[in-house]
Amino acid sequence: MTAETSTQTEPVPGYPLSVMPGHSSPGRLERMLRAGHFVVTSELAPPDSADPALVYERAAYFDGYVDAINATDGSGAHCHMGSLAVCALLTRLGYALIQQISCRDKNRIAIQGDILGGAAMGVCNMLCLSGDGVQTGDHPEAKPVFDLDCMSLLDIARTMRDKSTFQSGRKLSDPPRVFLGAAANPFAEPFDWRPHRLAKKIAAGAQFVQTQYCYDVPRLREYMAKVTDLGLSDKVFIIVGVGPIASARTGEWIRSNVPGVHIPDTVINRLKGADDQKAEGQSLCVELIQEIREIQGVDGVHVMAYRQEQSVPDIVKRSGVLDGRIPWHPRLYDGDTTVQQHMESIQ
Amino acid sequence: MYFLRKWSVRNARLLEVAYELVERGLLISAPLLTKLGHSRLETPVAAVEKVIKGALFDCQMCGQCALSSTGMSCPMNCPKSIRNGPCGGVRENGHCEVKPEMRCVWVDGWEGSKRMKAGGEIANVQFAVDYRLQGKSSWLRVVREKTQETSA
Repeated sequence: MTAETSTQTEPVPGYPLSVMPGHSSPGRLERMLRAGHFVVTSELAPPDSADPALVYERAAYFDGYVDAINATDGSGAHCHMGSLAVCALLTRLGYALIQQISCRDKNRIAIQGDILGGAAMGVCNMLCLSGDGVQTGDHPEAKPVFDLDCMSLLDIARTMRDKSTFQSGRKLSDPPRVFLGAAANPFAEPFDWRPHRLAKKIAAGAQFVQTQYCYDVPRLREYMAKVTDLGLSDKVFIIVGVGPIASARTGEWIRSNVPGVHIPDTVINRLKGADDQKAEGQSLCVELIQEIREIQGVDGVHVMAYRQEQSVPDIVKRSGVLDGRIPWHPRLYDGDTTVQQHMESIQ
Repeated sequence: MYFLRKWSVRNARLLEVAYELVERGLLISAPLLTKLGHSRLETPVAAVEKVIKGALFDCQMCGQCALSSTGMSCPMNCPKSIRNGPCGGVRENGHCEVKPEMRCVWVDGWEGSKRMKAGGEIANVQFAVDYRLQGKSSWLRVVREKTQETSA
């Protein structure tokens, strides 16, 4: 099997590929990154609904344009369909998922169960997060759990995978074969600590990171220069977060209400001056992706298009970062009866 | 007490020295402590610890003190109980995303660590908290651990 076909083949959705030598997971995302491709990931807005059709529909927006889809876990401390359920629905179709795990809502007993469950369903990537505080969400009266933090979660997930035990030391009969990720925010104080905090996440087990939205490329360059100096870009894959802003007003709202998102005035002013602010926001996103791609040490982009998920294919296409590559998706081989039969048996 | 907590971070180096002295004192008296019995001492020592550390650090008595690795800023005052550095939600003024009126305990901790001799310890990963130790004395536990280390 050549490297090229091995990264493209998905014989039967739901059945994992083999774990290649030196890899942690059988997943396509890890294969793409290790093969040196510039990857694209995106996140699916989980529905406020019990209808699985909405999940299939939203995942299909990304078909052919992303290497993996993040299943968010109560992002912004809002209630939605759970991360594990979204993963369950989509792994059955063969999608590559990044299961987000937040420490806000579950303790270590529940979380370790979810890691095993996710891996059993074919989730190959897990993103370990502390989670947004409950005050930002729709249930500010909820009890925050935070039994673990992102670092101790990374450490526990790695222990489960590499030592095949729970945190308690009790043996697992089969460890979860997962590629472990974490979040990073180069755009929040204290700036001089951020690269060192990335080092700490790597020490705790992070193999890839997805960053907060980047609208300030000079700041990212500074961060990446330090990260490269520290030798960290060789130890972790860095996927930079980007996203289209719908309007200047939305941008202003986000920067004053969403902690950790930094949007410079130049971005807001550019949107204000445009006739079609939404289109301008998308063009800006395309330009950001192209600029970010040129920065040394950046391995991909994570396109978060909140409430405009349909725009993701166009943004990715215009940016040209896939270089003509078509990431696998369930409709890729229309003539493949195995895939079709499998999909029909699910729907 | 918030103003004392701020003072402690500003004087992290002084407290680091004080902590070394306390630890040395405790280790010297380790045989006496063993004689009196750690279980008998647990309640009074924990009470003293709570008063002193409560005043200086707003200590939450997690029972596994990490102050020497956190720039003398108690991480259990982080509303998300993050023991490994600032989350991504730190505001532009360095304040907490959950409690906007409070400075991020890790922004404080980072400054405190720069004043300390062993400030580099802030880079160490702190593993999951053992909640069985909550309310227990950290000092007695350190004595037990250190004396076991030397006898081992």
